Amino acid sequence: MSRIEQRFAALRSQGRCALIPYIAAGDPEPNITVPLMHALVRAGADIIELGVPFSDPMADGPVIQRAAERALEHGISLHQVLDMVRAFRTQDVTTPIVLMGYLNPVEVMGYEPFAAAAAAAGVDGVLTVDLPPEEAGSLKATLAKHKLDAIYLLAPTSPPARMRLIAGAASGFIYYVSLRGVTGASHLNVEEVAERLAAIRTHTRLPLGVGFGIGTPEAAAAMAKIADAVIVGSAIVRRMEDLVTQADRILTEVPGFLSGLRAAMDQATVVAQASRGANR
Amino acid sequence: MKAYQLPDVHGHFGPYGGLFVSETLMQPLTELREAYERLRDDAMFQEEFAEDLRLYVGRPSPLYPAKRLTTQWGGARVYLKREDLNHTGAHKVNNTIGQALLARHMGKRRVIAETGAGQHGVATATVAARFGMQCVVYMGSEDIKRQAINVYRMKLLGAEVVPVESGSKTLKDALNEAMRDWVTNVENTFYIIGTVAGPHPYPMLVRDFQSVIGREVRYQIMEFEGRLPDALVACVGGGSNAMGLFYPFLNDDEVALYGVEAAGEGIETGHHAATLCAGRPGVLHGNRTYLLETDDGQIVETHSVSAGLDYPGVGPEHAYLKDAGRAKYAAIADHEALDAFHELTRVEGIMPALESSHALAYAKKLARELGRDKVIVVNLSGRGDKDIHTVATLEGIRF
Repeated sequence: MSRIEQRFAALRSQGRCALIPYIAAGDPEPNITVPLMHALVRAGADIIELGVPFSDPMADGPVIQRAAERALEHGISLHQVLDMVRAFRTQDVTTPIVLMGYLNPVEVMGYEPFAAAAAAAGVDGVLTVDLPPEEAGSLKATLAKHKLDAIYLLAPTSPPARMRLIAGAASGFIYYVSLRGVTGASHLNVEEVAERLAAIRTHTRLPLGVGFGIGTPEAAAAMAKIADAVIVGSAIVRRMEDLVTQADRILTEVPGFLSGLRAAMDQATVVAQASRGANR
Repeated sequence: MKAYQLPDVHGHFGPYGGLFVSETLMQPLTELREAYERLRDDAMFQEEFAEDLRLYVGRPSPLYPAKRLTTQWGGARVYLKREDLNHTGAHKVNNTIGQALLARHMGKRRVIAETGAGQHGVATATVAARFGMQCVVYMGSEDIKRQAINVYRMKLLGAEVVPVESGSKTLKDALNEAMRDWVTNVENTFYIIGTVAGPHPYPMLVRDFQSVIGREVRYQIMEFEGRLPDALVACVGGGSNAMGLFYPFLNDDEVALYGVEAAGEGIETGHHAATLCAGRPGVLHGNRTYLLETDDGQIVETHSVSAGLDYPGVGPEHAYLKDAGRAKYAAIADHEALDAFHELTRVEGIMPALESSHALAYAKKLARELGRDKVIVVNLSGRGDKDIHTVATLEGIRF
């Protein structure tokens, strides 16, 4: 069983929803990333999504693009991101790590060297935003060979045929993009998301994470009732941006924000369980 | 090269092209491909397109025998394909008319575009006005400063011009931003991409709309020479004017194809935009193609005196033609392009765009190399009025 599967199995037995924070590796400066990852775990992160900075993050909004730009100013490369994962693993061997990024840096490193290095560093899953399953053939096989999960996105625009295609290609979990737009956009519609998740569940038994546009305890709590994981990116990165020159405050206030989300989600799922229990 | 039939059904030109976008865009791109495949074979649509090219753009554009230039260069006979005489002053409008018609058939009332120098933005704003569509153009804030007249032109045409402050604040960032708009507003919005790059089916459909250039050259050159030309020369940024000229000749092995990139201050200085000459394959903006990038795969900023060539990628079909050896790619430096700009202006009374001046500068070398009994067609992809300010500034003239 992979670390991601183990984590979801444990959460399911507790009736809880996974909380997955996203940070860009090296933002706002490289030394903060590993301590922040540990602090996020202590604040209630179940899985960490570590962004690999790319110069042209087409699917991301301005907040995450600026995070990537800050990291790139420090010359952060994919190699250094893997070094950070290796450093994290010296103290935490259970929290799954998913790399989220764009294909080009992986192309440059080469699929096999990348997958081998990622697996050796302790990466668990890889989400390549601009690599749909149609183009993913050889990278997917290479990831599988190194026991790395291939995480894919599903979107509000994905018809049933694409749900089937992605359900067949994905492992670990599926990331449902909760709105049309880029990361960090607004106007989340909980009922619409619930309907879409139900439709996706007819095609797969993989856990379903929901992300894009979830930035408040209320939104996280609402999603916790309908999804297996809540992914929070821009709301975290925006807080880091506000504290860009104050590393010590990032290490306390950003985990503080996350633990607020955690508490709201746990309360929502406990209440939901209690009411389910009462209905029985 | 016989029976050329690319891209394949997945949008691949050999290892290049394809569909590298986030999931949200997969279905909209499928719908676009299906709509285009249906209309491509629809006689009514093609007639509508041909009529707009004739009556609105002013096609066919002349093939002009540049006799004084030929004499001056002392080599092959040089013909200029006068895309500069199109409505809006460049080849870009051939494509924007085609895509706007496509948008109308798909029921989209809002069009968006990215632009670097502003030429594609102007061509998009023009057809949006012509079809009564809402139009938003994304433009890097650096480019907005360099191209104030074109920004005003777009606004006069009723377009909203949105400055892009991210990244290098130039064309590639405008493209990122337009993609983001499209992801968000995909229900009612058609994204008019300006070159033969981006995810499938864009490289194919932009090429098809632009290939009117090469089809006209085929019959026009017969009237002068009674045979096909020995060489075609066109500048390559993203590569749409070159693809439009080359495509109808791909199966004619006797016609040599030359794409001319921007060497900027010289390839060795690193300040250039010569993607095919100095780059390597990677994935950007929805397709696999040659890119200018760092050792770890970050896209780099490019430089050219000509904003229209200032792009770190290139159309995937050019990447394929380069590897296949069917087309050859060379690079021309800023100062060589400027010399060609002046030479054509003085010798023929035609002021070329700085983009097209790159093609001319290379054609001069080629004309001498090939010798007097050969025939070269150069794509004069745009007129130079938009560049007067740039040229004057470089020469220390202030108005």
